[in-house]
Amino acid sequence: MPIELEPLQACPPPAAVAGPPACAPWKASVVAELAEVVRNEPVNAEYRHLVVSCSEAAAQAQPGQFFQLLCPQPAGEQPFLRRPMSLYGADPAERQVAFLYKVTGAGTRGLDTLRTGDRLDIMGPLGVGFRLDPRWRRIIAVGRGAGLATLAPLARAAKANGTEVTAIFSARRPELLVSVALFERHGAEVIAVTDSESTSGPANVERILRREIAERGCDAFFTCGSSRLMRVQQRLAREFGLPGQVAMEQQMACGIGLCYCCVRDFNRDGEIVSRRVCWDGPVFDLMEALP
Amino acid sequence: MNAAVRPGPRSVDAVDLSVSIGGLRLRNPVMPASGTFGEGLGKALDFSRLGAFVTKTVTRELRAGNPLPRVVERPSSLINAIGIPSRGVPYFIAQTMPHYAAFDTPLVVSISAPTAEGFASLAAELSIPGIAAIEANISCPNIEEDGKAFAMRAESTERVTRLLRAATELPVWVKLTPNTGDVPEVARAAEAAGADAVVVANTILSMAIDLKTFKPCLGNIMGGLSGPAIKPIVLRQVFQCAKAVTIPIIGCGGIATAEDAVEYMLAGASAVQVGTATFLQPAAMTTIIDDLAAFCLHREIPRVTDLIRGVVIEEADEPDLSWLDPLP
Repeated sequence: MPIELEPLQACPPPAAVAGPPACAPWKASVVAELAEVVRNEPVNAEYRHLVVSCSEAAAQAQPGQFFQLLCPQPAGEQPFLRRPMSLYGADPAERQVAFLYKVTGAGTRGLDTLRTGDRLDIMGPLGVGFRLDPRWRRIIAVGRGAGLATLAPLARAAKANGTEVTAIFSARRPELLVSVALFERHGAEVIAVTDSESTSGPANVERILRREIAERGCDAFFTCGSSRLMRVQQRLAREFGLPGQVAMEQQMACGIGLCYCCVRDFNRDGEIVSRRVCWDGPVFDLMEALP
Repeated sequence: MNAAVRPGPRSVDAVDLSVSIGGLRLRNPVMPASGTFGEGLGKALDFSRLGAFVTKTVTRELRAGNPLPRVVERPSSLINAIGIPSRGVPYFIAQTMPHYAAFDTPLVVSISAPTAEGFASLAAELSIPGIAAIEANISCPNIEEDGKAFAMRAESTERVTRLLRAATELPVWVKLTPNTGDVPEVARAAEAAGADAVVVANTILSMAIDLKTFKPCLGNIMGGLSGPAIKPIVLRQVFQCAKAVTIPIIGCGGIATAEDAVEYMLAGASAVQVGTATFLQPAAMTTIIDDLAAFCLHREIPRVTDLIRGVVIEEADEPDLSWLDPLP
């Protein structure tokens, strides 16, 4: 079962940079620590749910933020870099954070070897997460694939914010959908669309979005995991004058803005600018994002 | 090193970690390698403890950087071809320098330019209050066509260093490339032209190919190898350079622990730069500083400078390399 997420502040201030050493003694806001594995088990044929107990600071992670995991070495492979993993859930009371991952490469094969009681070096929380405006009454989140895990912490945060959520979740097959129960438990309406049922095409998702906006209203869009679906939301956001946020992925090395390997292009008022996903994001303004 | 006749330090705080690099006093010999440091690291690491700050390379021109992917990992190593994205000098002065203004730690600015004259004018422009030294990145293998760089040849190194020397009063550190046949000869050229220190070295030109697509793993095709895998190679180059020059050498290549730093200092380095290790452990540099003091305490070494060039060579002054020649 996914762990619960504590309410987040509606609009957390932007991440601060280390200040001068003048007044208070310096204290790390990002730490690499050895976290103990509480559980690591499959949730369906593709995804595994990893829960670790961690420091108070790490458990303060906000929806949309991520951690850099130093994955154990699976047999015959030597992952060198840390692997970025978006937050699936955080529980400050229990001092736990959770991740949802699909085994696809050397890093996640390493994660797959973790057993309860093992130690995992986690570094975080990192990046700029989702922001929720306290005035928003209703938001629509659209996700696909691993993006569903990234969107998951929004469910409880929105509920705490007094914001209703409609989630349109896309997957290849119904049994590969994740986060549905979590969203429904927090009162969200979940609309599942799948390739196998031929309901996941952009045209159908647009039809659903238009219906939702017309019948129940929408104050903001959130999305992660599909460029095609993001473009649909961008078009509708422009048409209806809605704000939006997108969580983006990119290969990373350092995770804290040093190396510039995770840059993507963004459209800021007509100018194409390069920004670091790890430092300026991973959550960006929907209208600035380029596929 | 003559620890036997001196009293050893009584605590880690009593170990003198300070070093002098061409007139510049550092509180300890540990600093970041250019390109692996930025204000974001201040969230994870106490900046006030570092020996120096070394910026990401600044260029005069605006540079977008290389096409993606910009990094690929290999066992115990990383290959990067970032391509020195740079927003130019005004941005650096207005936006980057203020992050470090409140610290009493020397700020070393790394610079690069497509010509020797370009290096000199950039050094002159950045010789301003707040900058403690210029590190001339004449070695980045990604800039020049086909991976070539100034530091591949002694002549071009001497020329760019001489122009730099004339252009600034600040200490000039020249960052050499490991991608050349005779690094000591290039180090000698830098010293002769007036460099205050040489940084040995930069990343090793390398390549990786994706076996699914048969395409190079990097958008730039070639990139620079860093990380623990290159340490023995660069350590050897520091050792060779230490016999060729008398100016301080700053060791840079695969340093991840205090033991690595000690090895580099024994081989001839007066200070060390830590790069890729920070990507794995963001507080690597402060850990190295703490462990370096502990090492000196344990070995009864009062001053970290006692380690410099301390390698004990008993049999011969020169290692016998004749067995390498002729190559099979």
